[in-house]
Amino acid sequence: MARAAVLGRLTWQVATVESARTETATARTLALDVPDWPGHLPGQHVDVRLTAADGYSTQRSYSIANASEPGRVELTVQRVADGEVSPYLAELAEPGDQFELRGPIGGYFTWSPVEPAPVLLVAGGSGIVPLMAMIRTRSVTGSRAPFRLIYSSRGPDDVIYATELDRLAAADGAAGELEISYVYTRSIPAGWPSPPGRLDSTALAVAGWPPDREPLAFVCGPTGFVEAVSGLLVEQGHAPNRIKTERFGPTGGAR
Amino acid sequence: MSVISRGFTGRGRSDPSLPPGQYLTEDFPVLSAGPTPRVDTDRWELTVITEAGARYSWSWSDLLALPAESVTVDLHCVTKWSKLGTHWAGVSVDTLLAEVETAADFVLVRSYGGYTTNLPLADLLDGQAWIAYRYDGEPLEPEHGGPVRLLVPHLYLWKSAKWLRAIELRHDDEPGFWESLGYHNYGDPWLEQRYWGD
Repeated sequence: MARAAVLGRLTWQVATVESARTETATARTLALDVPDWPGHLPGQHVDVRLTAADGYSTQRSYSIANASEPGRVELTVQRVADGEVSPYLAELAEPGDQFELRGPIGGYFTWSPVEPAPVLLVAGGSGIVPLMAMIRTRSVTGSRAPFRLIYSSRGPDDVIYATELDRLAAADGAAGELEISYVYTRSIPAGWPSPPGRLDSTALAVAGWPPDREPLAFVCGPTGFVEAVSGLLVEQGHAPNRIKTERFGPTGGAR
Repeated sequence: MSVISRGFTGRGRSDPSLPPGQYLTEDFPVLSAGPTPRVDTDRWELTVITEAGARYSWSWSDLLALPAESVTVDLHCVTKWSKLGTHWAGVSVDTLLAEVETAADFVLVRSYGGYTTNLPLADLLDGQAWIAYRYDGEPLEPEHGGPVRLLVPHLYLWKSAKWLRAIELRHDDEPGFWESLGYHNYGDPWLEQRYWGD
């Protein structure tokens, strides 16, 4: 179903905000009612089009946060300082408000629950969003693919989906199927064993998979983060064609 | 038929130098599907393969020996950003293919790292495309496709393949990487040909 959705013609659809959920001080999740939404693959994104009262319109791309559901799309949007679209989505839009979207878009940065290989997810900041769609899909489909998530944030208050991630990891903890490692670059929780710092090669090797397990790696975050992490993975012996990346810059929206 | 988004005012207003649905950016975002390949210029090589199987190759020094052009062009990425007035230097594809015998209609461009993209050959000729190796007066950075990328600024930027390795001249039109994954086969930003069916 979702594969067919990728191949079809992508028409603009009206999305109605059903609910808004605050995730962090600067990020919010909008649950959208999109009646003709066909479902999607985790990792795909949508194009959003906002139109002002005078007819001016602008578009951006945002990753989809939820597991596939007909008629429903969730977007988690981090407010970008200076952004034109993200402040509307992350702060202004209220239940009942409408905008347009089309999708699902992107057939490469996607994970399939029939894939048994170990999965390494590496998120920088709001780069967690498409990876969360994969984690949620794994959970709802009952996939037993072992997942490891390494999630780099500025500080503990910047972690999106913290409660849900803890719950999913605890539910799976006995089997060690979903392991989550946090990295903090600016500030750390009380009692955290290491000082704030960037994800380095050692931490990546310890919290990730050894190359001989041939994991499928998904790396998403700001350009510098993705460049650094994907470079380290290649240096550690992971095959470049097993590493899929999504980069976003300060003006690149949620991609 | 578009719906008005209550409370959205927007910042820019329609700019005639921007194709529909694009917004202006001043920085240079990077979009790639995988790790950035690192290709040393001493082992870099560009190969052109004709529809008849003839092969032509250029080393890094061969490429630098060809007459170069400096061009200032606008870039339009399918992810919505446009960057105007970017400065590049490289060899015109007309110059590169001047001695190549071909009756092909299409090309499949191949990159180090495995990326591919397809275009009509006509879109690479008549001063429309370059084999670019300098950006803004400096050697082209690997993140942006260095040492050498294709530059076809009149189409969406995914057609301007980074880490250029080979150009296959073909009678048939073989879809490339993104073209096989839902993105438009031709990709004219002024017609907003982003995805299949656009």
